[in-house]
Amino acid sequence: MDTVTLSRIQFAMTAGFHFIFVPLTLGLSLLVAWMETLYVRTGDELYLRMTKFWGKLFLINFVVGVVTGITLEFQFGMNWAEYSKYVGDIFGVPLAIEATVAFFLESVFIGLWIFGWDRVSKKVHCLSIWIVALAGNLSALWILIANGWMQHPVGYVLRNGRAEMVDFWAVLTNSYGWLKFGHTIVAGYVVGAFFVMAVSAYHILRKQHLAFFKRSFRMAATFALASAVLVVVIGDFHGAEAGRVQPAKLAAMEALWDTREGVPFYLILIPDTKNERNSVEAFGIPKIVSFLAYRDWDAELKGLKEFPEKDRPPVMPVFVSFRVMVGLGFLFIGLAFVAWYLARKDRLESSPLFLRIMLYAVPLPYIAAQLGWIVAEMGRQPWIVYGVLRTSEGVSRSIEPSQVMASLVGFGFFYSFLGILDIYLLARFAGKGPDDTGVAY
Amino acid sequence: MEYQITWFVLWGILWTAYFMTDGFDLGVGMLYNLLGKDDTEKRAIIRSIGPVWDGNEVWLVTAGGATFAAFPATYALMFSYLYSALLIILFGLIIRGVALEFRGKIESAGWKRSWDAAIFAGSFVPAFLFGVAFGNIFQGLPMDARGYHGSLFSLLNPYGLLTGALFVLLFSVHGGLWLALRTGGELSKKAASTAAQAWRALALVAVIFLIYTAFATRLYDNFLRSPLWFIVPAAAVCGLIAARFFLARSDASRAFLASCIAIVTVTLTGIVGLYPNLVPSSLDPAFSLTAFNSSSSIYTLRIMTVVAVIFVPIVIAYQAWVYRVFRHGVTTNGPAVEGY
Repeated sequence: MDTVTLSRIQFAMTAGFHFIFVPLTLGLSLLVAWMETLYVRTGDELYLRMTKFWGKLFLINFVVGVVTGITLEFQFGMNWAEYSKYVGDIFGVPLAIEATVAFFLESVFIGLWIFGWDRVSKKVHCLSIWIVALAGNLSALWILIANGWMQHPVGYVLRNGRAEMVDFWAVLTNSYGWLKFGHTIVAGYVVGAFFVMAVSAYHILRKQHLAFFKRSFRMAATFALASAVLVVVIGDFHGAEAGRVQPAKLAAMEALWDTREGVPFYLILIPDTKNERNSVEAFGIPKIVSFLAYRDWDAELKGLKEFPEKDRPPVMPVFVSFRVMVGLGFLFIGLAFVAWYLARKDRLESSPLFLRIMLYAVPLPYIAAQLGWIVAEMGRQPWIVYGVLRTSEGVSRSIEPSQVMASLVGFGFFYSFLGILDIYLLARFAGKGPDDTGVAY
Repeated sequence: MEYQITWFVLWGILWTAYFMTDGFDLGVGMLYNLLGKDDTEKRAIIRSIGPVWDGNEVWLVTAGGATFAAFPATYALMFSYLYSALLIILFGLIIRGVALEFRGKIESAGWKRSWDAAIFAGSFVPAFLFGVAFGNIFQGLPMDARGYHGSLFSLLNPYGLLTGALFVLLFSVHGGLWLALRTGGELSKKAASTAAQAWRALALVAVIFLIYTAFATRLYDNFLRSPLWFIVPAAAVCGLIAARFFLARSDASRAFLASCIAIVTVTLTGIVGLYPNLVPSSLDPAFSLTAFNSSSSIYTLRIMTVVAVIFVPIVIAYQAWVYRVFRHGVTTNGPAVEGY
């Protein structure tokens, strides 16, 4: 394999691994902040115990998210030097701002939150977890503004042999970045909420710490319902924008080969990429894809055949990932609604089947988030900056395939080890329940 | 012109801030197994850096991000040329962060012993390799029109290794003084005497480094051209001597302050000596990466300047405040923080 392929695998692997931990950080930090706020406002000790129990799980997850993030910042230079040289004038800016305005806040105040229980007042302590939560979300914003520029480059000119920024405001307000930000963080909230519901379901099924976990479940269910609806709504707008900006990506997402108007949505569709057609198209809902993409039932959508083969993204992975992600998105709304309803009616204990479903549903939001990244980033191929620079042109010239192979294998082993360890610790502490994390933190 | 010089200065300040802050917690990590005789002491050592190490490390991320935004060509070439070394630093920093968080989570001797080893390795390896990397940058990297002609092993030349040793010892003294300051009782005394021992080795290596630098690098050229700058390395020497002086009088807080000054001025000596290069070429100065030939557009530098002028002081203010909150330090019988 060549350096480009190996570097792509490595970036996908390290970014995908990082994003196992980030969404839970995004969602769980807000839930923990909410719990601590309720404690400070009501003085109810149950909320304090909830803050500490969920806070502990939050931290086990948080640290891996933080340390694996550094890898990504380094990798742009290590593996993608030509890309970094070509677009650093623009792309480096949001990354540097992220570190300065968001990552510092998150990292400094997490220290205060962990070790500051008896050093600062209750209110200041509670404020520190809010700062951590908001800074984490702010980090995501800057990263996705950077990513949004790769997807939809704006505010630049090609000059001096590179892309130079001429309009920071345009980069900052790039709707692609903002929609992706909204879609991504809310997906993180779904992950966090489903995580809390799954752990709570486990304990409610065992009839232990009932008051504790029923209240946790109820809070998470409300959060899950709001987030699950939002992730689909924002996702719809985001998908429509992606379709306008990157028609080849949309065509791959829908496996649309020929340009046509009033494109239907086929419930069952099997693409045949070799022959550039679909071998099965059944149960079509007329015109719906055209409407979703352009808000116009008869809008024309460009088919893949409009694009020379070298300008097309890989169809199969993008198509399958998109379908499964969307299906999961609707499933989450259904599950979250039932969860919210049962929690409100206090019927959780009498619904063991549903609790079991929620327990085993915990990987699904994670999978949906990973699939979303596959749609976004594989769908962008063969471009590293859409329409401006090809991925193959962005790779470092000074590195050898053997070097990248070695680092890839290294990351593979190292990250697997970390992942297994983290899941083990999370499972162990989640299963133990709250009493062990009692008074002294 | 002005913006490129501004960003060269800021670039230097960011690395300086990183070495001054993360320097002591890397040093603490290196001394951790030596000083922590039992689990209670080890936990006290971890708690002494627990609230701050994560924030310290962000200076590295900011230095990296600022290099990317302000000097993209330097960022791209430096990071891809030093691929393997950076990879090892990354693995070190990752395992270290995880070790500090995970160690106390399970009450098992084997579990803790493994993480103890990881804390040492994850502190020593990055400290040493940062030194090696900067030593090689001081000398210049073998690069020309055809790219880079070095490897991981060519970085391990005598001057690179010497700079690695210098960093390890600087951070060890720095970390020892931090522990002397922030822990109590026997542990604090042990830390002070270990810092004093490490200081002797540091003094020796620092003298060799200052002399060897004249032969291995062109760092002194700028100083000879405008001798007023010699005040910076002179301050480094004074800082080192002051650290030992205050240590002898059991004044850990002044000794730590002196050690901060020493690290800042040692780093700045390198930065002043490099100017206007960020990474010189050892083959042909025409291929050196400078603040002028590798910078972003003036428009981008201007935006970054506004961001830095507003936010860096704010960062320093709240980070300093958190340091103040924890100024009383930790004791081996202090309030429990479960899991740490």
